[in-house]
Amino acid sequence: MFFENLERFGENVAIIENGEKVTYSQLQKSVKDLSGLYPERNLAFLVCSNSTESVEIYLSLLQARIPVALINGHLDQEHFQALLETYHPYYLWSPKDYSAFEEASEYGKYRLSIFEENREGGEKISSDLGVLLTTSGSTGSPKLVRQSYKNIQANTSSIVEYLGITSSDVAITTLPMHYTYGLSVLQTHIAAGASIVMTEDSIMQPTFWKQLADHHVTTFAGVPYTYEMLKKLRFLRRDVSSLRYLTQAGGKLGKDLHYEMATSCKEKGIDFIVMYGQTEATARMSYVPAESAVEKAGSIGIAIPGGKLWVIDVDGNVIETPNTPGELLYQGENVTMGYATCKEDLEKGYEQGDILHTGDVAQFDEDGFFYVVGRLKRFLKLYGNRVNLDEVEGILKHEGIECVITGIDDNMKICLLNEADKEKTNAIITGSTTIPRFAYKVYVIDEIPRNDSGKIQYNVLNEMLEEKK
Amino acid sequence: MENLEKYNAIFMDTFAVDEADLNEDFTSANVEAWDSVGHMNLISYLEEEFDIMMESDDIVDLQSYEAGKEILAKYGIEF
Repeated sequence: MFFENLERFGENVAIIENGEKVTYSQLQKSVKDLSGLYPERNLAFLVCSNSTESVEIYLSLLQARIPVALINGHLDQEHFQALLETYHPYYLWSPKDYSAFEEASEYGKYRLSIFEENREGGEKISSDLGVLLTTSGSTGSPKLVRQSYKNIQANTSSIVEYLGITSSDVAITTLPMHYTYGLSVLQTHIAAGASIVMTEDSIMQPTFWKQLADHHVTTFAGVPYTYEMLKKLRFLRRDVSSLRYLTQAGGKLGKDLHYEMATSCKEKGIDFIVMYGQTEATARMSYVPAESAVEKAGSIGIAIPGGKLWVIDVDGNVIETPNTPGELLYQGENVTMGYATCKEDLEKGYEQGDILHTGDVAQFDEDGFFYVVGRLKRFLKLYGNRVNLDEVEGILKHEGIECVITGIDDNMKICLLNEADKEKTNAIITGSTTIPRFAYKVYVIDEIPRNDSGKIQYNVLNEMLEEKK
Repeated sequence: MENLEKYNAIFMDTFAVDEADLNEDFTSANVEAWDSVGHMNLISYLEEEFDIMMESDDIVDLQSYEAGKEILAKYGIEF
């Protein structure tokens, strides 16, 4: 497994944080010390940050085969409490200023708490289960994706192969560690014996660009919004000569921006690689090889090494004809074990084999490149976070607000039936979710358009909203 | 509207705060809503309202309410 025997990379620099370097030999030593803190196999929570300590603790849990749920370090206490009550972890690693539980051990800014009352049942947890990740960063849903050690090993090896990551690469974090894409950047660079600069700085801060230059960073990752910001920043005019390749995932970039980025990166000799994936497939399922980036702008590319992509029609038959939309399916060792909604679910093995129904509608062209053209279910991407509109509706309806929600990526539209609910709606969205204020608009409509069988007609609704503009 | 009024209104809208909150302590480090997405929106609103195109360095250097005024001054926006 890629997370074991880290000393094999010797004096290569593994992590850089605030200019302080940790070599792989040093990393293995601290990870080994930490892995001695766990008396038995049972569920752990790790409240993540982009820091050396967070990485060391994560690796220690992997090496000790302690299944760990990675928690957003910016999650509010109410949702954190809900996760604790749903999963009853035995171990909790959290920054000391995040929670105030009793301390069993400490490590730098982190504290380990052990909850004896949650000890029972640990031995029943599936021995395959390695990592648990949240599916939605915005609504704080307690649903987790169960990833096995085999899943993360398979996906990590595949990504290292198609990106050609080597020990001379230096990545800088642009995404949080609890997020599947951010985690895969971390894991792939460790697997390759490469370096990773851990920072909480955003690309909108001068310190980010200073670190990029100081440490000769060769790569970073971005969700669509990252690239909109980079475009706005005209970042290629900066000193980015050390960059070798950039990756994009976490939502559809849009054909124009894909083309623009691919073209301008090419001029600078930087590979621009668009990828597609889901937490349910560990991280990645497809990628557009850099040499096809310009020609295939707007595509999600071809299956990653070891994986297979195809589309099926509504009757479940395989579609053999190019440019014919159907549901996108994926097969590979990175297809995860399934979901968990309670601690007992952690006992389950693989629930769906190695085939994933992505829920995306896609088609392929004559060259076998896939294009996502829609979604089967009602999900939007809001600034990189996948948001289930039914879930947001549920939150509002629970508070007695009559509403229906629609929209497009980065622009959620909440339609209220009562003008009077406007303020309350804003308060609930900003209070109970992490959806940013500017990611949604509130409309007031007279009635919800429905067909004869009572089904909401979203196309009619969208037209009504267009008129209201 | 005076430039300062416009400037304040943009901050109040972007970060959902009151005018009274806008002082020398209003920085990206102190204001939770001032993350990268908030920053991008702030820049977009400022560029639109004042009809300017900021340089890359100015965009990343604009990390506080006060610094923003100095940076906008470079583009001929007086307060």
